[in-house]
Amino acid sequence: MTHYLFYPGCSMQRSARPYLDSLMTIGPDMDMTFEDVQDWNCCGATEYAAVHRIPSYALVARNLALAAQQMNGARTLTAGCSACYLNLAKTENYMRRNAELNLVVNEALAAGNLHYEPGSLQVRHLLDVMVNDVGLEAIRARVTRPLTNLRIAPYYGCMVVRPDLDDHFRSEEYPMSMDRLLKALGAEVIDFPLKTHCCGGHMTQISQPVAFEMIRRLVYGATQYKADLMVTLCPMCQLNLDAYQGEVNQHFKMNYHMPVLYFTQLMGLAFGHEPEALGIGKEFVSARDALARIGVDVPEETAVKRPLHRAKDDPSLPMPYMPEENQ
Amino acid sequence: MLTNSPPVLTNPSLNFLETVKQATPGDSRLTMCIQCGTCGGSCPSGQDMDHTPRQLFAMIRADMRDEVLRSNTPWYCVSCYFCMVRCPQEVHITDIMYTLKSMAIAADMYETNSAADLSQNFVGYVENYGRSFEFGLATRQYLRHQPLSLMRRASMGLGMLSKKRIDLTPTRIDNLGQLQAILARAKELEAPT
Repeated sequence: MTHYLFYPGCSMQRSARPYLDSLMTIGPDMDMTFEDVQDWNCCGATEYAAVHRIPSYALVARNLALAAQQMNGARTLTAGCSACYLNLAKTENYMRRNAELNLVVNEALAAGNLHYEPGSLQVRHLLDVMVNDVGLEAIRARVTRPLTNLRIAPYYGCMVVRPDLDDHFRSEEYPMSMDRLLKALGAEVIDFPLKTHCCGGHMTQISQPVAFEMIRRLVYGATQYKADLMVTLCPMCQLNLDAYQGEVNQHFKMNYHMPVLYFTQLMGLAFGHEPEALGIGKEFVSARDALARIGVDVPEETAVKRPLHRAKDDPSLPMPYMPEENQ
Repeated sequence: MLTNSPPVLTNPSLNFLETVKQATPGDSRLTMCIQCGTCGGSCPSGQDMDHTPRQLFAMIRADMRDEVLRSNTPWYCVSCYFCMVRCPQEVHITDIMYTLKSMAIAADMYETNSAADLSQNFVGYVENYGRSFEFGLATRQYLRHQPLSLMRRASMGLGMLSKKRIDLTPTRIDNLGQLQAILARAKELEAPT
């Protein structure tokens, strides 16, 4: 049993809940346990540093300090979200390599009675841990439902493989670890040229034409390569490519249908888990047809559609519609 | 006349290049730029920027503080780090973009206010709850900057809700006081711009 410290991050609590659920489902298969950093705070994503500079490092360093305190012998701190991973890894690296920054950040931490000694933690992404600690052979041995005939475009996005300050992925523009992982699961993996291109990150909130074009390039690329689905390792990439795909279609008058799942969900399917246990079905662009190719039956969406109009003879008071009531 | 001029936020003893360099945590290597243009050529949103990073760095050297802080370039940076890993001089371009954003906010000189608003709202939630809050952030952003798209977004929001992919209330961390104390001290330690 390998024990890892785990920084879940805000996205994985909700918008990327399927990522967390599928991770927790497959963890035991590979004898991995993940222990949350107690009382962790937001990493600041790509926003905090745009307003305050030194505090943005102190914000992340609080998590590092809490994780180091809680360590229990585990030196590895893992994260799944790209932004969380990069912020943790970058702060750790910068504090280790820059004595002046280390001093300033620790002076801020002291105001909260905390201290972080650079180098006491190794920050690693979930994908890195799966491929290099568990190993592809061990993963292959667990496969009970090979992903044969499923054409997958592996999509890494930016912040896990770049700047990769401690060189965990060996290539900033052409990484291979997720390609190899998906191959080990039996999938047909596309040599996807856009695999480390940017999804636009927070651009959907700032400039829609810029954001939509960046999303379109990726979905178009995967479609051209006849991918059944795209697989990602980042909550922001998943949200942009999945939840905004409908709007991108409207904007460009196109009709793309490219499901986007997390690599942990694909691992779960290959290990024989049911789609519900992996959070499959919560995506906007349904993966139902794609997954039928490997004999997985994703239940039709069960949510009851809201009636457009109230019946004329309905005597009850008009009430706001609560989707939870119908589940 | 003087009463109407904006507050002086510059450090008068430094030129703009030196100010940006000192304000960037870690080693920015800004002075190492050789004006090769690899950054602009690698940028996925470069065509929408007022200036490519290379141009911006030349302007910083030319002490064109106001033009630099008014440029939309830092706000259109998507933090993809392509420029930073391709830069032959290993200039920490993305970090410098963050510095310029924070300087533009401090000097109240940004043009594209939707981006700055997003960052500032995000900071607000982090400082008051210790966590980010997607629902609050997105709703405020759309109401203020894209009200016409609200109808389309509302249906997406309902989708997020029915798929249980969004919370309607923010989550607060237990030891918020500790986080606030750390951030307050860190703000005191920030290099002046």
